[in-house]
Amino acid sequence: MNAQLLQMSPRRSAIEESRLLLTLQIAGRLCGIPVPCVRDVLRAEAITRVPLAPPGVAGVLNLRGRIVTAVELRSRLGLPPADRGAPQMSIIVEYDGELYSLVADSVREVISISPETREEAPATLGDTWRTHATAVYQLDGELLIELDPAQLLAFGRGVEGGIS
Amino acid sequence: MDDLISEFLAETNEALAELDTALVDLERASEDAEILARIFRLVHTVKGTCGFLGLSRLETVAHAAESLLGLYRDGERSVTPDGITAVLAALDTIRLIMGGLADAGEEPKGDDSALLARLEALVQDEHVSTQPTDPATRDDEPPQADEEPTAVASALAIVHDGPAPPSGATAAATPVASSTVDTNLPVQAIRVSLPVLDELMTLASELVLVRNQLLQVARSQGSTPFSAPLQRLSRITTDMQEGVMKTRMQPVSAAWAKLPRLVRDLGQELNKKIDLVMTGGDTELDRQVLELIRDPLTHMVRNCADHGLETPEQRIRAGKLETGRILLSARQEGGRIVIQIADDGRGLDLTRVRQRAVERGLATEAAVTAMEDADVARFVFRPGFSTAEAVTSVSGRGVGMDVVRNNIERIGGNVDLQTTQGRGTVLTIRIPLTLAIISGLVVESVGERFAVPQSAVVELVRVGGGNTRVEWVDSAPVLRLRGQLLPLVQLGPLLNLAPFLGGGAPVEGFVAVLQADTARFGLLVNGVFDTEEIVVKPVAPILRDLQAFSGNTILGDGGVIMIIDPSGVARMAGIGSDRTAQAQGETITKDEEGAQLLLFRAGGTPTPKAVPLGLVARLEALPSSTIEMAGDRPVVQYRGRLMPLMPLGAWAKPLAGAHQQLLVFQDGDRMLGLMVDEILDVIESRIDLRPSAQHAGFLGSAIIAGHATDVLDCAYWLRQGDPSWFGKTDQAVPRLLVVEDSGFFRQIVVPALSTAGYDVTACADAASALRLRDSGAVFDAILSDIEMPGMDGFGLVAEIRRGGPWSKLPVVALSSRSSPKDLMRGRAAGFSDHVAKFDRDRVLSALANALSNMSEAA
Repeated sequence: MNAQLLQMSPRRSAIEESRLLLTLQIAGRLCGIPVPCVRDVLRAEAITRVPLAPPGVAGVLNLRGRIVTAVELRSRLGLPPADRGAPQMSIIVEYDGELYSLVADSVREVISISPETREEAPATLGDTWRTHATAVYQLDGELLIELDPAQLLAFGRGVEGGIS
Repeated sequence: MDDLISEFLAETNEALAELDTALVDLERASEDAEILARIFRLVHTVKGTCGFLGLSRLETVAHAAESLLGLYRDGERSVTPDGITAVLAALDTIRLIMGGLADAGEEPKGDDSALLARLEALVQDEHVSTQPTDPATRDDEPPQADEEPTAVASALAIVHDGPAPPSGATAAATPVASSTVDTNLPVQAIRVSLPVLDELMTLASELVLVRNQLLQVARSQGSTPFSAPLQRLSRITTDMQEGVMKTRMQPVSAAWAKLPRLVRDLGQELNKKIDLVMTGGDTELDRQVLELIRDPLTHMVRNCADHGLETPEQRIRAGKLETGRILLSARQEGGRIVIQIADDGRGLDLTRVRQRAVERGLATEAAVTAMEDADVARFVFRPGFSTAEAVTSVSGRGVGMDVVRNNIERIGGNVDLQTTQGRGTVLTIRIPLTLAIISGLVVESVGERFAVPQSAVVELVRVGGGNTRVEWVDSAPVLRLRGQLLPLVQLGPLLNLAPFLGGGAPVEGFVAVLQADTARFGLLVNGVFDTEEIVVKPVAPILRDLQAFSGNTILGDGGVIMIIDPSGVARMAGIGSDRTAQAQGETITKDEEGAQLLLFRAGGTPTPKAVPLGLVARLEALPSSTIEMAGDRPVVQYRGRLMPLMPLGAWAKPLAGAHQQLLVFQDGDRMLGLMVDEILDVIESRIDLRPSAQHAGFLGSAIIAGHATDVLDCAYWLRQGDPSWFGKTDQAVPRLLVVEDSGFFRQIVVPALSTAGYDVTACADAASALRLRDSGAVFDAILSDIEMPGMDGFGLVAEIRRGGPWSKLPVVALSSRSSPKDLMRGRAAGFSDHVAKFDRDRVLSALANALSNMSEAA
């Protein structure tokens, strides 16, 4: 499946791209990440823990010679941590010139979403989710939550501003 | 050809290509300040480079073009097509001259007066600025420009094909302008773009990973036909990785190579005597970083020479040495490379800077008045800010410092400036260690691996399990290391990987003794692996606040590992800077209390003896069999040469198999072993010395650790052991005055300095020192304590500097207080240097430095 995903990821026209979501499973929930920002998908292993890192940072890993920071999606979304030893997938995204790995339970297919099925995230959604979800799509039999990688990676904005 | 010239040609060609494009852009958007600033900087750099290479024809042309561009940049003239044409013509002339330079190695002869006149006319002529829309009114306008004033293609066409009416030089430029120069340059090295090198490095790392996997497979297979080729592959991979890494690293001296000549030429041009001193040139820097700091460094040194240093007459009038000094130093400090450019010139005129800031509209009058001096000084980093009274050909167009700051900040560094009026300016550039290659010690704590910069590791001590024991002071673990209590930091618990150990708990593992910026401490870890050459990579922005780490890296086995920042860890553990203020108070009292003393027994007598630890180079225990006799004196082969051994009193060679304890003293190449019976302890103690005149070889006795103890007179024994120890008789012995209120310290300092070949006079306070001056005593240098009853060291040096026979003597401060603020205060007061009490080597090197400065100046 990985191979297929990788083949699908590169450039397409802007309109088409906006409708392509890579779907992934996080604690039983179906989420999606826009394909254009995805660089790679691989099994999440050999992540080096970073002591004292902000909660949600799983650690750092070596992606073909580049050091990539791994972010635990469960933690970012306020979900309980996965069982120890459970297989996880790492979705490599590029944000602000840096590569990050978003760690999810599993990765499913890339789907094309038609704009009609798009809904704003409901106002009753919890704060954590509302920050990170950009939209909700109605699929057959289930709902797909589109996540905003920029928000998922916005750690300690205030602190950053303070430094510069 | 001169390397400098060929490098200049390569660089300038690049700049010219960029300029052509930029000028084209400018003509499209004549009001674009950013393009104008860029063009101006490029031309400024070209001019500057020509200037110090002695390429006067090039410099003249570039200077003329720069003057015009300066007016454009400042908005005093509007950009006109004929202005652009003239600048392009100047560029072509520059190309022409460079072509000649490449062929012949010197500037071709030629007359640029027409071109210069034309540029000058544009600079002078108000006409141009008042009627920018009507260039056709000028008679000397090239007709083509009238027809198509905005098209750059036409401007270029004028130069290349057209008759280019007013300028003979422009016409001369025609045949060479576009094609010949680039191809004529001799090729000795090729330029490879950094992305290509980066890519190579990534690939090499990948190769290492694959190699490692293969080796792992091979190990499980036993002997296979693949084993031998795999070994070769492995070695080649390692070599290749190293090679690729090397392509990116260069010593910082590569960026300095041009500076001595620059300074020499500037000195001539400006009629100043300038001495450039460079230290730490072998500090390695990433090539990309190096390229980016090259120009800023040049600008800063140029600024120091032009604005910073005074003319010899001014210097003499200000009571300074005639020769100004620019000190350029580089070092790796913590996770950064620190480059300092210091001059001993006039310093920034902050009043003038304040005025200028108001004139330029950068701040209001009230705001600048309320501002701290340090903040005011930073105005010089603003674009277009210059306090130079006159625009000289060297600098002073306010281009330097904003370029400097831009370039430094672009690589994530920062630049700061400290200035003291009348005493000089220090520019400090800090560049992150990003991509710098360092040697890292890999340690393990609670199952996680970390790298510690090897440069910070002083030594490794194994603790627990029958080795040195970790002891507890309440809940704080400490290690007794040669008599000193070393605070320990538990790495795992500090990083929240495990709970802190309770007081008194047994500890097993390793202590890495680390030297951070301000403190020495032991890092307690569970295991120590190997050292590896690592390429430091910055951590992602979201992890940047973690002060425990200075970066991360990929190890040979492909694993990612965090790099410990010793200073950060010290701060987190509350060692060093956070407590400095508080500690300073303590240190002062501690200083008064005493110093480290080595206690031992010697000469078969039971009375313990003491010697200041600072004077002893090493302690050794030599097997009896290694002691030989040369004549009637025992000697030993030690570190490749023969070291005389000196008994303290009666001595008999130890029995075979036994060891002889030695205190090794060293001064340069000269060594002497003082044979003692037994090393007892190292203690920190205050002593009340009671002199005992009849006891040769001892300064006196004191009660130390509850016992009457003889305090050794090192100078006596060294002279006994090697009569020529102080015999640097071929030259005058430098006379030194030591001002120190603590009798105990006088007792330590005086022999130490005598040992090093100084003729030392000591006095106990500032008043008696000044009496010596008034009675006509002559010295070559003064070493003074700062904390003294009555007039303190600051007062003394100020008094000395005020005038009189000693006013120009180097005065070195000897103090426990060495925070940057104290250093600043010391310099401001007039101290030539500042050393911590009492670090023998640094005192000696500071004195040697101060004296050599004196003799050079004389």
